[in-house]
Amino acid sequence: MHRVRRWGPGLLLVSPSLIALGVFVYGFLGWNLRVSFTSWRGLAPTYDNVGLRNYRALADDERFVLDVKHVLVFTLVFVAGSLLLGFVMAVLLERGVRAEAVFRTVFLLPMAISFIATAIIWRWLLDNGGGEQTTGLNRLFADAGLGALRSDWHKSDSVWAIAAIALPAGWALSGYVMALFLAGLRGVPDELREAARVDGANEPRVFWYVVRPMLLPVVMSAVVILAHISLKTFDLLYAIDGKNINVDVPALYMWFTTFDGGFYARGATIATLLLLGVALVIVPYIWYSVRSERRR
Amino acid sequence: MRRTFRRVLVLGVAAAVAAVPACSSSSDDSGGAADGGSKIEVFSWWTGPGEEDGLNAMIADFKAKNSGIEFINAAVSGGAGSNAKAILAGRLQAGDPPDSYQRHAGLELQDDIKASKVQDITYLYEQQGWKDVFPQGLVDKLTIDGKIYSVPVNIHRSNLLYSNPKVLSEAGIGAPPKTWTEFLGQAETLKSAGRIAISIGPVWTQKHLLENVLLGELGADRYERLWDGRLSWTSSEVLAALETYKKVLSYSDISAASADWQPALDKLIDGAAAYNVMGDWADAYLSGTKKLTLKQGYDVVASPGTDGVYNFLSDTFTLPVGAKNKAAAEKWLVECGSKAGQDAFNPKKGSIPARKDADRSLYKGYLAGALTEWQKPSTRIVGSLAHGVVANNAWNAEIDTALGLFARDGDVAKFAASVQKSWEATK
Repeated sequence: MHRVRRWGPGLLLVSPSLIALGVFVYGFLGWNLRVSFTSWRGLAPTYDNVGLRNYRALADDERFVLDVKHVLVFTLVFVAGSLLLGFVMAVLLERGVRAEAVFRTVFLLPMAISFIATAIIWRWLLDNGGGEQTTGLNRLFADAGLGALRSDWHKSDSVWAIAAIALPAGWALSGYVMALFLAGLRGVPDELREAARVDGANEPRVFWYVVRPMLLPVVMSAVVILAHISLKTFDLLYAIDGKNINVDVPALYMWFTTFDGGFYARGATIATLLLLGVALVIVPYIWYSVRSERRR
Repeated sequence: MRRTFRRVLVLGVAAAVAAVPACSSSSDDSGGAADGGSKIEVFSWWTGPGEEDGLNAMIADFKAKNSGIEFINAAVSGGAGSNAKAILAGRLQAGDPPDSYQRHAGLELQDDIKASKVQDITYLYEQQGWKDVFPQGLVDKLTIDGKIYSVPVNIHRSNLLYSNPKVLSEAGIGAPPKTWTEFLGQAETLKSAGRIAISIGPVWTQKHLLENVLLGELGADRYERLWDGRLSWTSSEVLAALETYKKVLSYSDISAASADWQPALDKLIDGAAAYNVMGDWADAYLSGTKKLTLKQGYDVVASPGTDGVYNFLSDTFTLPVGAKNKAAAEKWLVECGSKAGQDAFNPKKGSIPARKDADRSLYKGYLAGALTEWQKPSTRIVGSLAHGVVANNAWNAEIDTALGLFARDGDVAKFAASVQKSWEATK
């Protein structure tokens, strides 16, 4: 009784959100999982049980296999690119430029723009029309005498075509990564750097042995945030060139197969696999941060 | 993942919110109004210029004939109807249908029929004598397993070849091609003159081109047999037609495909491209938006090998199972099929009426010729693939996938095999 009085009010306080989470997140996750084991196609739900048939079918599905390759390429280029760009910007800002707040805002601003709007701007920038027809970046290259840099961007036939989409995605999120790194860099106490300098360490060594280890948690969070955004990317791709198979990803396939074709079971299967993919990134991170918090 | 769920949830909530006023007000009605069914909710994706004007004209005519019925226009904009379809799917699954909703004529409706979401309205056809005023070829396409489930309002034509006369004369080409083989010859000439022979847009325009190459190469009879399984996609004649399609694509700008059909036509207008295959809604864009004159700024003929064939698509309205105001919905369907309704709608939308007895004086320019062609008894009517007439949604979506992969690898045999396989799986 005494113990109930201790945790009872707290539980009561969080119970509405617990119930909402339980129904709308975990309940629907379970429902989705259930649908992925059925043969539901068309408007009328079918709740039979076909075991892992949908999963096996996806493994042989040329489009899905291609989509997985795409999302891996995209994640790799997008996460590495944003980290690098964000880090460089943070280091530059940390050196104490004038009007730092202005730059910070300028770099952060793209994140405030919705992915749909970003996509519409970049659809124009990444145009690949020939000669006089072209616009955007290719036009800029041509006018600046850098015609050799012309690219087909996301419309090229290579499996790397989707890497072009990392440009708008990185443009939108590298400012955010910069802010993370900037906070991380500012969090390194000056005393530590001073002490290292007194001990005779030069600047690169100060950075490598003092600052770098303290930035590790920032890198971890940034990677997790970026990677799960990348796995779920839908709106950006949908608006840039939604039905172009060269930039197709599992999330787009899921949407089109479910709502154009009525393949509800297949859509649910793709959704489940996407969830597993995101979990693969996030669960180790949560486990790591829970453990390190406990250690403190 | 979680975001995906949120999307579905948002759709669901949106549908629920949309439904709440309809539910509550109709229950108010049954208590208050004595005549009953004094309200009707009609769901469509007609929100763009032209089509919305047409819908409003038809609504006005409906109201004049049925005073006392309150009309609720539940049109949903965006995504060329795909947003509307996603919301509609949610409402149908939740057992909360509008009183009538829009679908393309033909097998696009098959899912709804299989899931028992729409009612057989053959009795309305008999009562209104529609089987005599719609061309037989159209009635055949509307009939699914012996029953008819929707009323066509308009007719569009898919098999048209648009061209830029100036580009053709500069390249020394006398007239648009009569066959795809002739087209390929001209394409070589155009290519050496530095022009794109045929401009192309997103995947659905590629599918639109595919159906018309198949129609031109196979002829109307064999084209029709492709869709009901009587002609295999892997047969030698179909493979040959697909090879032709592949060659046509090689003269297109598919590697720099336009984002939509209008930009693809823009390339034709400014002379970068010579030809474009598009449906007759392009006419409203070329003569209306772009203010071009037929024969001077642009020209249009039946796509190669399809003279005398009308590859049609049509917007139709249905009677859903569980419609709350069935009597009013029937009146709306009667309006959709009526001469007055179709003549109010079509001149504004830029399409022709499905009825054979429409008032010809209302249709000018391209539409006048199209109407003559449609009403000619010798005209052969076949249905469009890209616009939902001859393939159900599932097969159509699988063809999208196969076509996307085909654009990457150009493997004709694999494409044919996968289309044939998905036909088996989705029929």
